Amino acid sequence: MVAIIDYGVGNLFSLRSSFAAIGQAAEVTADPETIRRADRLILPGVGAFEDAARKLRESGLDTVVREEAGRGKPLMGICLGMQMLFERSLEYGIHPGLGLLKGEIRPISERIPEGLKIPQMGWNALMIKKESPILKYSREGDCVYFVHSYSAVGCEDSLLATVEYGAELTACVGKDNVFGCQFHPEKSGEVGLRILKAFCETEADGVC
Amino acid sequence: MITKRIIPCLDVKDGRVVKGVNFQNLGDVASPVDLAKYYSDHGADELVFYDITASAEGRALFTDILTETARTVFIPLTVGGGINTTDDFDRVLKCGADKVSVNSGAIRDPSLVGKAARLYGDQCVVLSVDVKRVDGVFRIFAKGGRENTGMEAIEWVKRCVGEGAGEVVVNSMDTDGVRQGFDLELLEKVCDVVKVPVIASGGAGKIEDFIELFQKLPGVDAGLAASIFHFGEVEIEDLKRTMRNHGIPARIVE
Repeated sequence: MVAIIDYGVGNLFSLRSSFAAIGQAAEVTADPETIRRADRLILPGVGAFEDAARKLRESGLDTVVREEAGRGKPLMGICLGMQMLFERSLEYGIHPGLGLLKGEIRPISERIPEGLKIPQMGWNALMIKKESPILKYSREGDCVYFVHSYSAVGCEDSLLATVEYGAELTACVGKDNVFGCQFHPEKSGEVGLRILKAFCETEADGVC
Repeated sequence: MITKRIIPCLDVKDGRVVKGVNFQNLGDVASPVDLAKYYSDHGADELVFYDITASAEGRALFTDILTETARTVFIPLTVGGGINTTDDFDRVLKCGADKVSVNSGAIRDPSLVGKAARLYGDQCVVLSVDVKRVDGVFRIFAKGGRENTGMEAIEWVKRCVGEGAGEVVVNSMDTDGVRQGFDLELLEKVCDVVKVPVIASGGAGKIEDFIELFQKLPGVDAGLAASIFHFGEVEIEDLKRTMRNHGIPARIVE
């Protein structure tokens, strides 16, 4: 069972539906026991980093996620959930993340030419940098759906795929059992469902 | 490079998809759920569901159709029609909508855009405008194009984007249903004043109309149409291939 962690941020209807579409049992939950029992975890999120990080902390689920990821349970962060896997974000101040991956979140405005719209909203092509279990069904140039104004930098050791938007921005990351997608696989058609399917087939690392 | 989006619009009335010619003579096309799935499988980048009668009759949105669609279609889904309060946002977002489009609701209550943007984020709030030339001036029309508000269109769009609208759908009533191409004059004026994505609507009759749109106005991010897709006059896959052949970035579903 996949636990979709519900800490009061964003709309989880589509995520739940997309797991149903690939025949994978999934539960939207804020219950620590259910999260501990799950085979895999999804950390979703939309909105502002500070608000989301606070909600995750106040729910106490940050500790649960960290512990479960530390035990080797596969974890995937999506969009803002992916950004929270990193050490910190510079979105309106400096805010600590979960620190499961090396790197930080910075505004894309620092890196892209003026005149490009912010957020990057729409479908853009993946440029695959490194093979990974979650990209085993993905191909170079697969289009996925992005909505973001910030992106991960300094994450070379986990970088799996990038996207070109006036600069090469981080699209997908993964190291050991911790994965993240800046885009929305649950809104990226068949291409996105294949990434979720691949995540569901990743080997749990050290979990009994 | 980010691709230009092609968006079929499903005007929904009594659970069916309809498309008016200049907002009149509505004809029945198909089940919205079936049509949405078809489009998603054949290259649509996003879908827009409008409850076209809602603003006039206060009809509740067809949330069961929306829910059913969001269960089976995994591309972004925008919902509009009868969105007057943040409660309306909440209701459709819970049924699987990703973005919510406001039109008459924002005209009635200009604070709605800002309130919704703070609650759900700018990216969730789409301003939709019906625009018509009246004595040479672009005016905003309300209630599905039935009522001239007298407001100047470009100023209204600017104001709403300033309050937090994350995207603008510009529907030209002058070109809508006429099928002679998009309203490039109006769209250019909008692109000049906003930095958020602009979606062109009204007037597409053939593939070349989209090519002209994206070539002449690089600031336009997406093209929206209804009847030419519903009646199969333009297949989205053909349109996307032609776009690519013209050097316009397009997502091809294989």
